[in-house]
Formats: sequence, structure tokens, C-alpha cells
Amino acid sequence: MNYDVAVIGAGVSGAFAARELTKYNLKVVLLDRCNDVAMGTTKANSAIVHAGFDAVPGSLKAILNVKGNAAMSDVCKELHVPFKRIGSFVLAFSDEETVTLRKLLERGNENGVPGLEIYDSEKLRSAEPNVSDKAVAALWAPSAGIVCPYELTIAAVENAVKNGAEFIRNFRVSKIEDDGSVFTVSDGKQEVKAKYIVNAAGVYCDEIAALIGDNSIHTIPRKGEYMLCDKSSGNLASHVLFQCPTIMGKGALVTPTVDGNLILGPSAIDIEDKEDVATHADVLADILAKTQKSVPAVSTRDVITSFAGLRAHLESDDFLIGKSEKNGRFINVAGIESPGLSSAPAIGEMVAGIITEDCGAALNPSFDPVREEPVRFRHMSNEQRKALIEKNPAYGRIVCRCETITEGEILDAIHAPAGARDVDGVKRRTRAGMGRCQGGFCGSKVVELLARELGVEINEITKFGGESKILYERTK
Amino acid sequence: MLNYDIVIIGGGPAGMAAALKAKECGVDSILILERAETLGGILEQCIHTGFGLQYFGEELSGPEYASRFIDLVNKEKIEYKTDTMALEITDSNVVYAVNKKDGLLEIQAKAVILAMGCRERPRGALNIPGTRASGIMSAGTAQKYVNIDGYMPGKKVVILGSGDIGLIMARRMTLEGAKVECVCELMPYSSGLTRNIVQCLDDFGIPLYLSTTVIDIHGKDRVTGVTIASVDENRRPIPGTERLIECDTLLLSVGLIPENELTRAVGIGLDRVTNGAVVDEYRETDHEGVFACGNVLHVHDLVDFVTLESQTAGEGAARYVLGKKQKSDQVTTKGVGTVRYIVPQKINLNNEGDVKLFFRVGNTFKNATVKVKYNGNELISRKRPRLAPGEMESVLITKKMLDTFEKDGVIEISVEV
Repeated sequence: MNYDVAVIGAGVSGAFAARELTKYNLKVVLLDRCNDVAMGTTKANSAIVHAGFDAVPGSLKAILNVKGNAAMSDVCKELHVPFKRIGSFVLAFSDEETVTLRKLLERGNENGVPGLEIYDSEKLRSAEPNVSDKAVAALWAPSAGIVCPYELTIAAVENAVKNGAEFIRNFRVSKIEDDGSVFTVSDGKQEVKAKYIVNAAGVYCDEIAALIGDNSIHTIPRKGEYMLCDKSSGNLASHVLFQCPTIMGKGALVTPTVDGNLILGPSAIDIEDKEDVATHADVLADILAKTQKSVPAVSTRDVITSFAGLRAHLESDDFLIGKSEKNGRFINVAGIESPGLSSAPAIGEMVAGIITEDCGAALNPSFDPVREEPVRFRHMSNEQRKALIEKNPAYGRIVCRCETITEGEILDAIHAPAGARDVDGVKRRTRAGMGRCQGGFCGSKVVELLARELGVEINEITKFGGESKILYERTK
Repeated sequence: MLNYDIVIIGGGPAGMAAALKAKECGVDSILILERAETLGGILEQCIHTGFGLQYFGEELSGPEYASRFIDLVNKEKIEYKTDTMALEITDSNVVYAVNKKDGLLEIQAKAVILAMGCRERPRGALNIPGTRASGIMSAGTAQKYVNIDGYMPGKKVVILGSGDIGLIMARRMTLEGAKVECVCELMPYSSGLTRNIVQCLDDFGIPLYLSTTVIDIHGKDRVTGVTIASVDENRRPIPGTERLIECDTLLLSVGLIPENELTRAVGIGLDRVTNGAVVDEYRETDHEGVFACGNVLHVHDLVDFVTLESQTAGEGAARYVLGKKQKSDQVTTKGVGTVRYIVPQKINLNNEGDVKLFFRVGNTFKNATVKVKYNGNELISRKRPRLAPGEMESVLITKKMLDTFEKDGVIEISVEV
């Protein structure tokens, strides 16, 4: 197939690049090596929309974070993704750290972050009662927020597909050839042709760039482990709570999620293996100890799961976005670690800007920015539920008991543009299996529904693609 | 709005026994709501035998045990709706439920019997580090895949937790051709029934490693192995005892949790140990007209006991509906030391008969004495050759004893070695 642009990597950067590109008369294909979107760095991070006071003024991180943050409200409204601008605190536990807060405030002002303010301990505690009484001051950033990173990505991809983009999963790019005007991108089994390539491959950006002879990128996978707490402890924090960066590191954060859980983490360890997302007991114990410094009431008792993600770190410590020195039609989007999620709408815009400036594509007059709101049975009134089931009885069958997710919602997730193909994909789109029993009851039902809707045997269904099959052969 | 005298949430062994007893006691207007496609609950996937020895005096499989009650429910023309999920109970005992056929149901009940059963504790609750590969599931989920769907969820299996479902699945997977490498149990004792350890592990040469846990899970897409380690008396892994076991599946049988989401939402008081409602001798909760029985109240070892308890709840609900409930002057029950919990937690002194107290101990004992005291005075002292956390114990408080008690008194059960 021939396209104008092939975006490699369906994480949050690739998704927004694809969506922005569909605002123009461009034929866009989004490729991902996995069985779903948002499977790499995007899947496992702090789920925070940062205010933007961290990064060095003038850096891409600083500029795109503040721009992305400002755009987030409108983008999330268009895409019907829950976004809560709850604000963040950086906590200081000593006079020395209070000095750091002032530096961050000045930096934030320079970056154009709105509303920054230093709170004394009294004001801090009235805003966040569960915070440690050892915190002496805090930097308040009202524009910080929380969003579910994979929900945002799924929505952006759905919207891009709705506007004409194509999504191809399980496409692990292994070869790129250029005839001077068109690239041929191949995974050894299939190929696509495109005039431009956007390299948004996360921790694999260096390897993808190397395929065209661009060896300027060296991605360092920096692992972050996290713990997720039950909703019953979600009220322990109502803002994003950072610790002051010190020479000993960035500290750990405590933040609520949009779904009402609590996230603790992350660690930051540079590793070699780009696939290693295992968690470790000692690292998790260390995170807990660090987060208890901020919120002493946080406890392992409330932890429902742990996970790890890999940040795509570059030595320059900034995003690298722009035309490759080796090829002007090959756009690198590399080093997208924090604040990548916050910056995503701005990254997408920047990428689309680079390409359209080069090729002069006209605006797409039929672009529709709205992704329809998915049915969320659990949030509906009984009257709404009644009407919904009358229209479609599939919404009358509860599949996931813990989260009250209906068969109808699962069918929607499977049949959505770039829809779910595996159990985790259904889980991320609907929350089926995310509750207390973690899929104990509904897991097998979801497998059945996937098999039925996709027209395959149930032992072909995977947890997350690849070799992650759930069942082997039939019993004797 | 529909109207029924008794609405029963859950059509497993508890719900069916409660319904049948309520009917026998003279209540005709009964509706059972069942979320699965058929009545029978979890018994439908328990195709092994060992059910009914206490209640029927014969050894039945799970589906056979269930079918005896399903047949009776049909014979007695008790109404039920399957594939129907209860969403909410209101303060005034209106039950909201949903299914494909009727849509949203709004049912006014005079009495509600909670019989929702329990669920298995998942991996997350254990904080096992490692990867999140495919091949990690609860033993009950694996049981459904093998026995209902007819597919094997693994070939080389490690089981964490020696609860009964874990033991049963060790045998089941072996019979289906899988290799079960071992069963690891964090505690120094198994929480499963002795007969299951003998019949499911010993008979098949499957090792049971006590004071051992899984400390790491390996494998990117599918599990490739787990690291196990011995634990000290504080259940912390002992460095140097780590051992890698290759496997493609980790089954978890690490405890059952009563499913009390509806119970909690309506504000019914729960017992912190059982995770079930606080109830009186008829299994009535602190919410008038709402009863609870079976594994939603406390986790039972044998379905036979579920049946008996649910009959009590069914009778209680019928008495409530028929206006026969006695004025309530209550004494409370209290487990002391190793006695982790007692059900019921309250007894009405105006009750007309004997009351059986069920309790569970927190450790294994040989030749111990169970002591029952009322306000500090010894009522019963009974030698027991063996006590174990996996086997529920009971003592009988006779009507004669009750007559000597006074309101707000305390019955204590303890174990002396």
C-alpha cells in the first residue's frame, strides 16, 4: 500500500502525530510491533500531565510540555477522555529543599507555567491533609493534571482512524529502503510504502533510525517500577505529590488516578534490555518507603498490583524531534520520556508542522476532531441504563462483576476503530478485569467474546499478542 | 416494579437451599437472581467428587450435588432468573438487577437473602514481583477452562497456595496430562482439607512445600518459570533458599474473599475477619430483613455446611416475612486467641431452639481443649484430637443454656493446649 506518511510506533506520540496528520490531506498509516496501541512506554508511567516547571527553559521538553498541558483540556473534551486538572505539589522537607522550590518556581515562570505559588506547611496541609507533617513547604502548580495515558492514546488512534488513517498491528519494522522519494518499510512479511516516516518507536527509536543509517540516537531504557493501590486508598491524596529533586535523585511521587486509585513510584534504573518490565521486591519496598515520606498513611496492604515501564531516555536529557540528518523525509521523535504524555498534543502538532511545511499538504476539510464517547454503563443512571438495554440487549449482560462492565461495552471495544484483539486490550478499553478479582471471573468470558467476535478458536486468544496465549490444546 | 416476599441474590448451593427452606416454611413468593447462565454456582465446574458426604451421606460430584437442588427448585416451582446480575439493594430492600431479556429490573422485596458466594484472591493482593506474562491465573479460573470450556491452560504447572481448589487442580491438571511441579504454601501448614492433600497430592507424588512462596515470575509473553524460596517465621523469604522452577503456568490458590460489594454498598456491618456480614442465629444482618448465607457470609470448607447454614437463613427470612420474628435481646459471641472468628456473631435469647456456633482456628493443634465461656464462666470443655485452620469447628449452645443468659452477655470460645 502507498501512503504519504508511515508513523512507526502507536504510543501516545505516534498516536497524536497520526491524528494531527489526518487534519491534512495526507494518507497516514500507523504501524506498531505489538498487538495493540499504547503497549510500550505509554502503557506504564505516572499518568500525569505535568505543569512544566521541571525542564530547562528553552528546551523542547519545556516548550512542548507547557503547550501540551494547555491543549490537554480541549483535546480530552474532543476525544472524550477523562482529564482532571487537580494540580501538583512539590514537597520540601528542609530549608535547603525550600530553596530548590524557589528555583523551580523561577524556572516555571520562565517556561510560562501559570499560577505557580509557594505554600507554607499550614496552607499545604489544609489543601492536602494526609501529607506528612515533616513537609515544611510546597510548590503549588494548579495547571498539573491526571489522565489515563493508554485511554488517551486509544482515543487519539480511534479518532485518527476515523479520519482516514490506517492502523496495522504486529508490524515490527525490520527494513527501510528509500528510492529518493518513497520509503519501503518492511517487517519481512509485509511492506508499506510512504513518502515520509515518523520514527516514534519509543525505546526502539535508535534501532529504527539505524535502519536508514542514522546512528545519532542512543536510547537508554530507564526503568520505572510502580505500585497501584485500591480505590479505597484513592482519597489519601487529592493532588499530584512530588518530592524535591535532590542529588540523591528525583524522589517518589504519590498521585490519584482518574479512576480513583493511587499510584506510587517510580524508581529510575537504567537497564540494557528494552523488553524488561519485571518488578522487584526490593525496588518496590524502596518506593513504598520513599512515598511514605510524603504520605505516611500509604501502605502495602492497599496495593493491588505492581508494574514497570521503560522511559526512552537520551543522554541529552531532552526530546529529539526533527528531520534526520541522514534523510529529510525521516522525522525522529526520540527521547520521549517524561513529560512526553503531557507534551503529546504539542508533539503531534510539531511533527505535522514539519511534514506539511515540507510537502505543502492542504487541510483536510472533512476532519472531525470528535471521538464519540464510549458507553460507560457503570456511570449511568438507572433510567439511562433502561433506555440503553432497550436499544441493545447486550448492555443488559454484566460480564465483569467487579467493575460492572457489560457485554455491549466489550463488543464496542472489539469493534472500535483499531479495536481490542486481546484480553488486555479489552481491559484497557473497558476496565473489564481491572477490579478486585483481576479477571478471575470475567477473564474467561472475555476470551469467549473475543473468539466469537473475531471468529477464531478460544485457544488462539492471547493476553497481549505474541506468544501470550492463554490456553493450550483441548483437554483429552 | 416487581414484588416478591423474598429475593435471593445468587443461585448457587446457598441461594437454592435458602429458597427451598423458605418455601417449606410457607413463603410462596420467592425469586432467585443468578448471574451465570444456569443455577448451581461454582459447583458446576467442580466435577470431582467429595460433595454431599455430610448432607446426603453419599459421595457426589459438584454438578450432581447442584442438580439435586436444581431439580427441587424446579419441582417446587420457585421462580428464578439466570444471566441476571443484581446491581444494587436500597435501604428499603428494593433490588435493582439487569439482564438481556428484561432489561433493568426493579424488585421490591420484603426480605433479601444474600448468597453471592466468594471469589479468589488475585496475584496483585500478594504483591509477587516479576513479569506480567500470560499463564498466571487463579486455580478456579483454570478449573473453569479445563472442566467447562475443555481447554488446557498450561502443561507445566506450579501452584501457589494449598487451598482446596489448588489441591483439586493439582490432581485435575495431572489427570489431563500436565506436569504439576509442586504446590507451595506460605504457611507452615496447609489450609486445605487433609483428604485433599492425600488424594490430590500424595497419591500423585506431587510435592507440597510448606513455608515456601513464589518470589519472582519469569517470562516475557508466557511464563517460563518461577523462583520459589523458603520463608522464615515472619513469612519473609530466606536469602540463599531461592530456587528456579521451570513452568509455563502459575496457578494461585491463596484464599477466598466473600463477594460483599452489594452488602457494603447498602451499609451492612461486616466482620473484619470473615469479610462477611455480622449476623444473628438466623443469619439476619444488621439491616432489617436482609439475610446472608454460604460463602458470602464466611468461607466454608464443605458445601454441605453451606446448605445447612442457608436453610437456617431461609427459615429466618420466612419467619421475618410471616411476622414470626421474635423480639430481639442479644448476646454476642467472641473468638479468643487462636479462635479467629465465630458465626453467628450475635444470638437472640428469645430464640426457640439450640444454636450452633461455627468457628475457625488460626493454627494447627493436637489434643487441644475447646472451651466455651459465658461472661467468664465455663459452659463447655471439649477435648479435640486435632484442630486445623482448614477445617471449621462447631459447638452447640443449647436452648437450656440460652435461657440462663442475659441481654448483652458475651459467649467466648477459646482453645487451650
